[in-house]
Amino acid sequence: MELTSLKFKEQSSAAIANADLQRALGNVEKGFIDKRRKSTDALPEFDRLRDNARDIKNHTLAHLDHYLEAYEEKVTQSGGHVHWAATAAEAREAVLAICQQRKAKTVTKGKSMITEEIGLNDFLSANDITPVETDLGEYIIQLRGEHPSHIIAPAVHVNRDQVESDFRRVHTQFEAERDLTEPVSLLAEAREVLRQKYFEADIGITGANFLVAETGSSVIVTNEGNGDLTQTLGKVHIVVASIEKVVPTLEDTAQILRVLARSATGQDMSVYTTVSTGPKRADDPDGPEEYHVVLVDNGRSDMLGTEYQEMLRCIRCGACMNHCPVYHAVGGHAYGSVYPGPMGAVLTPSLHGIDKSGHLPNASTFCGRCEEVCPMRIPLPKMMRHWREQEFEKHLQPSKARFGLGIWAYVARRPKLYRRAVSLAMPVLSRLGGARHRIARLPLAGGWTRHRDLPAPEGATFMQQWAERQRHDKGSKA
Amino acid sequence: MSGRDAILSKIRASLGAGGDEAARKTAVAERLAGHPRGVIPERGHLPAAERLALFRDMAIKANASVATLAGYDALPDAVLTYLRERNLPASVRMGTDPRLAEAPWHEAATLEVKSGASDGEDVTGVSHALGAVAETGTLALTSGTDNPTTVNFLPEHHLVVVDAKDVTGDLESLWSALRTSRGDGSMPRTVNLVTGPSRSGDIEQVLLMGAHGPRSVHILVIDPEGTMPAERTP
Repeated sequence: MELTSLKFKEQSSAAIANADLQRALGNVEKGFIDKRRKSTDALPEFDRLRDNARDIKNHTLAHLDHYLEAYEEKVTQSGGHVHWAATAAEAREAVLAICQQRKAKTVTKGKSMITEEIGLNDFLSANDITPVETDLGEYIIQLRGEHPSHIIAPAVHVNRDQVESDFRRVHTQFEAERDLTEPVSLLAEAREVLRQKYFEADIGITGANFLVAETGSSVIVTNEGNGDLTQTLGKVHIVVASIEKVVPTLEDTAQILRVLARSATGQDMSVYTTVSTGPKRADDPDGPEEYHVVLVDNGRSDMLGTEYQEMLRCIRCGACMNHCPVYHAVGGHAYGSVYPGPMGAVLTPSLHGIDKSGHLPNASTFCGRCEEVCPMRIPLPKMMRHWREQEFEKHLQPSKARFGLGIWAYVARRPKLYRRAVSLAMPVLSRLGGARHRIARLPLAGGWTRHRDLPAPEGATFMQQWAERQRHDKGSKA
Repeated sequence: MSGRDAILSKIRASLGAGGDEAARKTAVAERLAGHPRGVIPERGHLPAAERLALFRDMAIKANASVATLAGYDALPDAVLTYLRERNLPASVRMGTDPRLAEAPWHEAATLEVKSGASDGEDVTGVSHALGAVAETGTLALTSGTDNPTTVNFLPEHHLVVVDAKDVTGDLESLWSALRTSRGDGSMPRTVNLVTGPSRSGDIEQVLLMGAHGPRSVHILVIDPEGTMPAERTP
């Protein structure tokens, strides 16, 4: 997709004004937060598992070259093929070459964020290969010509009635009078349409939640079973996965699985966790004849050894966006990048450069909920702050903002001057607030007061109150 | 330079590798060979009877249903009962698993048993699981002629047989059992860990059963020793 993160402000204003979107976004808070809390509360070892999950990924990243080599060896041993792609373009070409060799016309796809990142669908379509998304949410947004607005609930921005009208528009093979008022009838219709696609497809493409170095396996985690039908019924299975998906062993996978499903959907375990190793064996009655893995770097090796390395622990559970007040307000599309929310605000500048995505690390109140819920303990606010610093250092902000920040920095570093300025400003602001103690308009603060009142300060400053209390305490002790 | 070399050399440069390479290699080899188990939740550490009861409770929590059978002799009748109660056609699809094959299917004269992979037309499939995990109510199914993977996903109803003795406390123990069962460090083409029936919450986050896989998963625990405690009546 085209990166439009530079228009974050315009896009988020439009998102806030979009009543349909706001209705749909209500489901994020309702749907995810309580479920996660219940399932994590029910597992006393959850925090220790998070620590271990973090340690497993840290160890793996520190030895990534060796684990990738070990993984490749095992894939080859089991009859599969590994294709290394340094860039998105190389990854697309690798997939296309396999498709063309098999003269593929249709490919089914399991849900995969990396194929969004490399823009695979548009590329395949341009080469006369039809990609069919099979995850219900991905299928819905493919019909709508949209991109996912959430990494695990791609159609979370769409309401039921919108799905109904999309299905009526596209599924013209069914009677026009059919009843689609219930979500279950929408699901049944999608199931029927897609069931046929699995059988027609030449190739199935999935992502991977894990690549297991010990066994050369790829692991996918789904609730629908669409990824499984995609990779079982196609004659060829192509796994597209980024290099940081590798974990050492099956046991390590089991550890991370415990924090993945709980953080994502509040399940103890997703419905289907599938470990795939190589193509169909001699005596297998089903399964793909060929098994390919396209290993994608696309900027990740540059993150190693930097302050953003920890981001490579991310397992794409979506908990950070599910708990983000900014995401709740504007949804995923406003971010203008493949990865929205706090993890996107850190990852997008890493992949595309801070000059193209400077608004994203600023799209945070730094409330810290994302870090609190991150199963891999990724310090997301700290990393967003690093990006803000780089943005400042690279002179990427508008001169007005830089000027304001410059003044602020000058004053903030001089406590006496700061206190004096504050104690002078307080009575003025207090008077401006009037009887309501709210300020509706303030010079230089239009960005704030255009949307809400500024609460006027009342009484003394913190330092004044503190000094007063100290005096009082001393007095009472004496 | 190939993509492979480009990626690996960039990783090495970024990590500042090149110092003690022998130590890094050893660390990797040791972890792969030793596969440490990490943090295992207490929940699954139970004597056999409680472990089976936990498996049943967790499978039911994941919207599966569970019945206990004294032996494989009772299997054909249990399958027929399941089909009859739901008004389903008296026909099932299954692989060539010897444990399933030994059940007296001829006693269920009205039941059609189709062998081999599913072609998508089957309403009900029967599989034998390698084992199960009590901690999460998860079944482990392995691919092959014994239990074709398509049987796990294409039929609307999936009946899964598992031996009581193969229900482990945690997933790590199941991996150990898998390694022992194959012995050579190889993996079956596919291991499906299945926890309840297929579902989707993609329309307004409302959970619906039967997205692409089975709408219903029914587990038949073969328990000749009578280890499974009686179900608590609510």
